[in-house]
Amino acid sequence: MSAHLLAASTATATTTSVVFWVLAIVSVAAALGMILSPRAVHCAVLLAVVMLSLAVLYLTAGAPFLAAVQIIVYTGAVLMLFLFVIMIVGVSAADSLRETIRGQRLWAGLAAIALLVLLALVVGHAVIGPAAPALPRYGAANVSSIATLIFTRYFFPFEVTSALLITAALGAMVLAHRERTSPKQSQRDLSRLRVAGAHPTPLPGPGTYARHNAVDFPALLPDGTPAALSVSPVVSGRPGARDAVSEALQEAGELPAGAAQPGGPAEPDRPAQPGPHGNGQEGARP
Amino acid sequence: MSPGLYVALAVILFVIGAVGVLIRRNAMVIFMCIELMLNAVNLAFVAFARQHGQVDGQVVAFFVMVVAAAEVVVGLAILMAIFRARRSASVDEANLLKY
Repeated sequence: MSAHLLAASTATATTTSVVFWVLAIVSVAAALGMILSPRAVHCAVLLAVVMLSLAVLYLTAGAPFLAAVQIIVYTGAVLMLFLFVIMIVGVSAADSLRETIRGQRLWAGLAAIALLVLLALVVGHAVIGPAAPALPRYGAANVSSIATLIFTRYFFPFEVTSALLITAALGAMVLAHRERTSPKQSQRDLSRLRVAGAHPTPLPGPGTYARHNAVDFPALLPDGTPAALSVSPVVSGRPGARDAVSEALQEAGELPAGAAQPGGPAEPDRPAQPGPHGNGQEGARP
Repeated sequence: MSPGLYVALAVILFVIGAVGVLIRRNAMVIFMCIELMLNAVNLAFVAFARQHGQVDGQVVAFFVMVVAAAEVVVGLAILMAIFRARRSASVDEANLLKY
């Protein structure tokens, strides 16, 4: 590893500048896409792009230890935490980009331009000298230099961060804890609920056509009609979902072109079915 | 590579993150924009460390990463608690303290 890091830190100036400009463009484009994309998952993935670009930039700026920490802590831990919470909150929950406060975008844009001008003036006014020569502490000796500083000059802040991390872990446990207000359902209760519900049996699986084996293709009932219950509403309720039932029926020549199945599984505005069995949805079962 | 260019990139990323905090209403995306701003500041720290020929700036960036990790843990836990109560991650929905 150290040979690679050393090679990166002692790369020629041309290589470094090419890497810098490519990564600068990539990271700025990904950051812009992050604040403009309506879905939280896309934002997380684009943020991962920004963080990985910054990790490589740290490498070219002589901080190989921080580059590794950036990838491990930020891209590995923090973004995975974000993705977990997105999965819990709901991966399909898109942010509506409609303004709720009048003129919010306009004022935000003006404030951003003002901030940019202010920071550009400050940075442009400051005299930022050339980079220090490629010392060993920017390459092979980087980790030992940082360790020396952390355990001598910055020893007290370093110890305080341990208290901070313990406090954060305790706080997260307290905040994420939920007291159970109703007694836990036993297996007997669950089976009783299942028998009393609309579908005592497991739901049919999708993709049982001879020609297609995709999860968004419904299973066929004995009389040839598609079983709407066999497709998960998570799949069929997506904005870009295809009308698989009509497609399949058109291929089979049973439906004239253009006719859509009313109440089929690919209706985009079909409400999501709560519960594991979709109670109350009778579907196309004859 | 001049450290000034790194600082300029950090400024641009910081402003983009600030705009995201202002215009987005999904609390999770706002958190991500805050992370972007923290990353931009880290980049500036690393650039200044390189300019001065020391690694103190890298140590400070390391501390910033630690604080950011703790902040994300607590913030996402708060977000989970809010989502459990309001069934929404939008910051417009959490308005019980408004009036």
